[in-house]
Parts: sequence; C-alpha cells; structure tokens
Amino acid sequence: MGNFDKKLAKFWDIFINNNGYTKVLTGLQNTLLIAVLGLAIGIVIGTLIASIKVMPKYKRLPRILDKICTFYVGLFRGTPIVVQLLVAYYVVLPLLGANMTSINVCILVFGLNSGAYVSEIMRGGIMSVDPGQMEAGRAVGLSYSVTMMKIVVPQAVKNILPTLGNELIALVKETSVVSFVGASDLYVAFSYIGTNSYEFMVPYLVMALIYIVLVMIIAMLVKAMERSLRKSDRHN
Amino acid sequence: MIDIIDLRKSFGNVEVLKGITTTIKEGEKVAVIGPSGSGKSTFLRCLNCMEDPTGGSIIFEGVDLADMKVDINIHRRHMGMVFQQFNLFNNKTVLGNIMLAPLHIRLHDLRMKKLKNVFIRVGNVFRRNKKSLYEINTTRQEIKDEVRENALRLLKRIGLEEKADVYPSTLSGGQKQRIAIIRALAMNPKVMLFDEPTSALDPEMVGEVLDLIKQLADEGMTMVIVTHEMGFAREVATRVLFMDEGQILEEGPPDTFFSNPQNPRAKEFLSKVL
Repeated sequence: MGNFDKKLAKFWDIFINNNGYTKVLTGLQNTLLIAVLGLAIGIVIGTLIASIKVMPKYKRLPRILDKICTFYVGLFRGTPIVVQLLVAYYVVLPLLGANMTSINVCILVFGLNSGAYVSEIMRGGIMSVDPGQMEAGRAVGLSYSVTMMKIVVPQAVKNILPTLGNELIALVKETSVVSFVGASDLYVAFSYIGTNSYEFMVPYLVMALIYIVLVMIIAMLVKAMERSLRKSDRHN
Repeated sequence: MIDIIDLRKSFGNVEVLKGITTTIKEGEKVAVIGPSGSGKSTFLRCLNCMEDPTGGSIIFEGVDLADMKVDINIHRRHMGMVFQQFNLFNNKTVLGNIMLAPLHIRLHDLRMKKLKNVFIRVGNVFRRNKKSLYEINTTRQEIKDEVRENALRLLKRIGLEEKADVYPSTLSGGQKQRIAIIRALAMNPKVMLFDEPTSALDPEMVGEVLDLIKQLADEGMTMVIVTHEMGFAREVATRVLFMDEGQILEEGPPDTFFSNPQNPRAKEFLSKVL
C-alpha cells in the first residue's frame, strides 16, 4: 500500500482541479433521476396491470387485457435490462424515427421494466387487503375503479412499501448499465476520472462508497415513510 | 319495494338458492333465519348484487337489478348494507369512512354536470334552438360542508362524535359496527340490508348494536336482517323468513312463527336454538 497516497493524490487532482466533481455530480443526478422517475412510471404501470389482473374475469374485456398484461410482464421480466436498453435505443427509436435523449430513453425503459416487477408486487399487496374492503366500497355505491383507487390500493401500498423500497434500491444499482446507450451516470463519471489519471483503484472505491451511502439514505427514507403511513395502525 | 322473483344462484355446480320468490314492502322489517349453509347470507347479498344472481329477477323501484346492463352502482346507493365483519375502511378516519361515498358521488356529479355544460355551451354556438344548461346551485365547498355536517350529526346520534378523527383500528367491535351502520345511513338508503350484524361481536357489545338497529326500525326504515338473534328477530321483525337448502320453507309474522311453526324443518331448528 506504499503508493496509495500517490493514487489518492492523483484522484484528488482530477476530481478537484480537472472538474471531475462536476461529472460526478451530473452522474449522481442522472442516476437518481433514472431510478426515481423510473420507479414512478413503474408504480403507475404496475398499479394498472395489477388492477387488471385482480379484476373478476367473467367479461371479455378484462380477459383480453389480462392476456396483454401477462405478455408485457413476460417480455420485460424475461430479458435483461441491458438488452431492453439496447433494443429501445438502437432498434425501436430509429424505427419510430423518434428523437429522444439517451437519459429519457433510460427513464422510459427503466420505468417499463420496473412496471413489470412492481405489477407483481402490487398484485400481492392488493390480494393482501381484506376483500371486505372492496365489498364495503361497492356496497355504498362506489364503482370498482374508485374503490380500488381510494380504498384498496392505498392499503396495498402500505403493505408493500418495504418491497417497493427494495425495488428502488435495485433500480439505483441497475442504472450502472446506462452507459451502454451513452447516458452518463455515476459509473461513467468515475471511469472518466480513472481513464484520465491512469489510476482506477481510488475512483472505483469512491464510487462503491457513494452507492452504499445512496442506498442507505434511501433505506432511511423508506423507513420514515413507512412510519408515517402506519399512522392508521397505531392505537392511541 | 323489492320484488324477488324466482331468484337463483349457483356457485359452480352447487345451487345455493333454488328459486326464491317474495316481496319486501316499504316499512317492513324482514328477519331471515335458518341453519348455517341454508343460503340466507347469499340471498341477502343477491339483493344488492354483491353476488350476481344466476337466474330470476330482483325488481327494486321498477328496475331489475339482476339485469347485467343495469348500472348497479346507482341502485346500490339506495340500499345500505352492513356486514358481519364491519368492513370499515382501514385507511380512513371514522369521519372519512362516513363521508367518503356521499362526498365522492356528489362531487363526481358536480364535475360531470360542469363538463356536460361545457359541451352544451360549445354545441349551442351551432344550434338554432339553444339547449338549456344543467342547473348548478352548489359549490364544491358547500357540498363538502354539507356532507361533513351530516356525518357529524350521524356520529352525534350514536354518541361517538369524539371518535371522528381516529382510525377504525382503535375502536371496539360494537363501535365499529355502529359506525358501519351510520356509514350506510349517510347515503340516505331506502332499505337497509344487515348480514349477521352481531355475529362477530363480543356478547357485551351486541346490545348497543341491536339498540341502534331497533331505533332505525322504529323510525320506519325498511330492513332485511339475516340474524341468529332469535329474541331480536321476534321483537323487531314484522315478518320472518325461514330458509333451508336454498328455499324459503316458511314465512309469517314472528309471533305465529316462533310459537307455532308449521314446517317440520323449522320446528327442529327452533327447538335447537330457542
């Protein structure tokens, strides 16, 4: 470890003097942007899919929607996220002739991908809510969808919050593959520092530390949210 | 008020209701009794289509509820239902539980009226005979205040106004059930359906719930009660339906039914429970 000081000095030089930190900050921003917005899209899609999947199936429309959702979930769970990113960026985008920045493509793909996972989490959550809640809502004359949105889903979300926190943590870490389509995240920032200093040990170590801290902060936030949602369980 | 004609319900191959025909008149209090598995709960749940009937019809205010094309949500608003397990909304406060449905429905109506008015206005630009707009004489805030006031009045009636802002998990079973009853009343129903309202309660809390139901009965509310409380059925009901194996075996005024049942199955049942 004799030359660790030298490595540290080299890293510091690039990090401070050659604007390495601005790259890290943009990288951090992009990582969080993709993970958080991706999860937000995922929750919307996931809730929709889960609601369709738990619908009573004796009419034709829910059955068709159910098939479509099963296909969607199979598609996005059955392929690696890197493959989805590459296909979206290099196949779908040119085919549609659409013009999107790589960050936006990443947000969309991560959203669609986590939608598939969140749908199963949400379905479990919805099924964990007492069916009497749905009956009571229907009995006072609210429609299926209104009861779902106002009564069942809020209770389901409370039950699945720890798992959703897991999903966000997984997303934060998975974003490290977005450089495949040219988006700059934390990994890109640190490998830039590494390449410019011909020295990878310290940058990647710092990168690992930042990921750990990030995940710890998210875990703390999720816990705080859980506490505030548990309000209705407290006996006072 | 409710005409039930040859009502049938099957779950898979099991026929639970085998053709039930009866009429529930306005102001009547009908107690439905019978052994477990006789189909009495299913019968009650078919009345507001919580279970869709597989045959027959339920004519409520001139509309056949068993017809799948009917918008059941509109008619359910006139039929309050009280469950054995209370089913208060766990994510809402007591006041929120009572206000949710009336508030949502009235605000939704207001929104729809406003939306339709926009279309009519646009259409009127091209129409020779101008169409008149929907009358809107309340604001959102007025509706909110009104619904809230009504909910508080109902809470006061059962003496639980200090519980307005707590969550259901903090209440006793009896309190929950009484709140479930006034939650149904907040919709101003024309008939109340009770599905074994006291079966999940501690014995000491049965009284307070039955008292409230009796109050409603005295005020002239039409009600159908599935119950195992024979004393209560005898006291409150104006008519008793005895059901077994998906059929009504005997019906009549409680005095004659309880003192002198005709059907052998009813005799046997009463000898066990009385």
